[in-house]
Amino acid sequence: MFQYEFMRYAFLASTFIAITCGVVGVYVVARSYAFLAHTLSEIGFAGAAFAVFIGIAPLWGMLLFTLLGSIGVGELSIHSDQKESSISAISALFIGLGVLFLAISNSNSRYATNILFGSIIGVDRQGVIQLIILSVIVLVMILLVQKNLNFDSFDHIGAIAHGVHTGFVGIIFLIALAMSVAIGAQIVGSLLVFILLTLPASTARYIGRTIPAMIAWSIVIALIGVWAGLYLGFITNWPVTFFIATIEVVIYLVAYAIHVIKHR
Amino acid sequence: MVSKGDAELILDVNDLSMRFDTKTIFEKLNFHLEEGSMTALLGPNGTGKTTLIRILMGMLAPVEGSYKFASDVRLGYVPQFRNIDSEYPLSIRAFIELNAPLFKTKKVREKVDYQLAETHLTSIQNTRMSEASGGQKQRVYLAQALLDHPNMIILDEATASLDPVAKTELMDLLKHLNKHHKITVLFVTHDIPLAKKYMTNYLYLNKGTVRQGKMSEFKEDFA
Repeated sequence: MFQYEFMRYAFLASTFIAITCGVVGVYVVARSYAFLAHTLSEIGFAGAAFAVFIGIAPLWGMLLFTLLGSIGVGELSIHSDQKESSISAISALFIGLGVLFLAISNSNSRYATNILFGSIIGVDRQGVIQLIILSVIVLVMILLVQKNLNFDSFDHIGAIAHGVHTGFVGIIFLIALAMSVAIGAQIVGSLLVFILLTLPASTARYIGRTIPAMIAWSIVIALIGVWAGLYLGFITNWPVTFFIATIEVVIYLVAYAIHVIKHR
Repeated sequence: MVSKGDAELILDVNDLSMRFDTKTIFEKLNFHLEEGSMTALLGPNGTGKTTLIRILMGMLAPVEGSYKFASDVRLGYVPQFRNIDSEYPLSIRAFIELNAPLFKTKKVREKVDYQLAETHLTSIQNTRMSEASGGQKQRVYLAQALLDHPNMIILDEATASLDPVAKTELMDLLKHLNKHHKITVLFVTHDIPLAKKYMTNYLYLNKGTVRQGKMSEFKEDFA
C-alpha cells in the first residue's frame, strides 16, 4: 500500500489531522461546542464552494469562512437566548450559499462530493505540507493558552473566580476550532468533520480522568479511525469517510456501553 | 495594612452602594473585617450577599462607594455553583490541578499533595468529581482555592446542600485553616445555628443595609 505516493501522503496528512482534531475535540466536548463545530463545518462547505467559484483551492475558502464564521457564530452561541434557532438559521443560509456557489461555478458534481464527503486520496505533496503547517499552528495556539483553556473549559465558574481572562481564551479557542474544521474537512469532508472533532473526545471522557489522559486517548482513537479507514478504503475501494465514521461510532458505543454497565 | 482602632483590618468598606437598573440592592454599606476573623455574612435570600461578594472580588463594579483590602491580601474565592454533571470526567486531583501550572513539576505535585491532605481528600484523589459527594466536592473547591495560598477566603453558601456530617467536616476544616494558617474567613450562609457555632463575627445584610457585630450577640430581625 505504501508503495503508492498518494497513500503515503494520505497517511501523513491524516495523522496530523487526527492529532489536531483529537486535541481540539477534547475542548469542543468539554465546552459543549459540538453543535457549533457542526455549524462551522457547514459554513466551511460554503467557503469551499466559494473558493471553487473564484478559482482558488477549497482549503483557503474554507479557512476564510470558518474563521469569520467562528467569531460570529461563537458570539451568538454564547450570548444569544435563542442560540439553537439562530445557529440553525445561519447553517441553512450557508448551505444555501454553498449550493449557489457550486451551481454558478459550473463545477461538476464530483467536486461537490469531494467537499462534502472528503477526498484525502487526492491530496498532493503541497496539500500535505499545508495541512501539516496548519495543524502545527493549531496545536501551538492551544499549547500557548492551555493552562487557562483547561481551567475555563473544565471549570468555567472556577476560572472566573480565579481571574482567568475567559473571553480571550474563548476567542483563541474559536480560531483554533475554525482552523481544525477547515483542515479536518480535507479528509472526512465538511459534512462529517464534526465526527473527528467530537466522537474521539467523547469516548476519551469515559476513559480518562485527567486532561492529558483524555487528550492522549482522543488522539489514539482518532488515529485508529483514520488509519484503519484509509487502509480499509484502500483494499475495498469503498469511501474512506464511511469507514472512519463507522469505526469512530463503534468505538464510542462500546465505551458508552461499558460506562453504562459499570455505573448501573 | 489598613488600621482602624487596635486590630489590623483586612477589608474596609465605605459607603458601598449597588443598583441594577433602578432596583437598589444595597445603599451606603459601611463595615470592616479584622485580620484573622471568622465572619458569617448573613441575610435572607435576595438581599445581595452574592452581589456584595462579586463586587469585593472585582467581578462587578459598585455604583458608589469604595472598598479597600489590606495591601498584602491574597484572596481565595469559592463560588456558590459549579457545573459538575453526572458525566463530568475529571478526577478530584485533576480538578484541583486546574488551578496549578500546566507542567507538573515535583514542587507543583507536592503543593497539590499538601492541599489534598489538608482537605482530607488524599485517599479519594482519583475518584471522579461526578462520583464525589456534596461535602467532598466543597472540600475540592476549597482545596483548589487554597493552591493560591490565600490569607483570606470567601465561601458562598458552601454548606447549603450538605448533610449535617459533611457540614461539620467542612466547618472544622475552615476553623483549622483559620487557627493554624491564619486565614481570614468570610462565610456566606443563612444557616444561623451553624454560624453561631463556628463563626466569631457576623455581617447581617437586610433591606439594603448592613449590621456588624459579634456572632454571640447576633439577633435576627425580621421586621
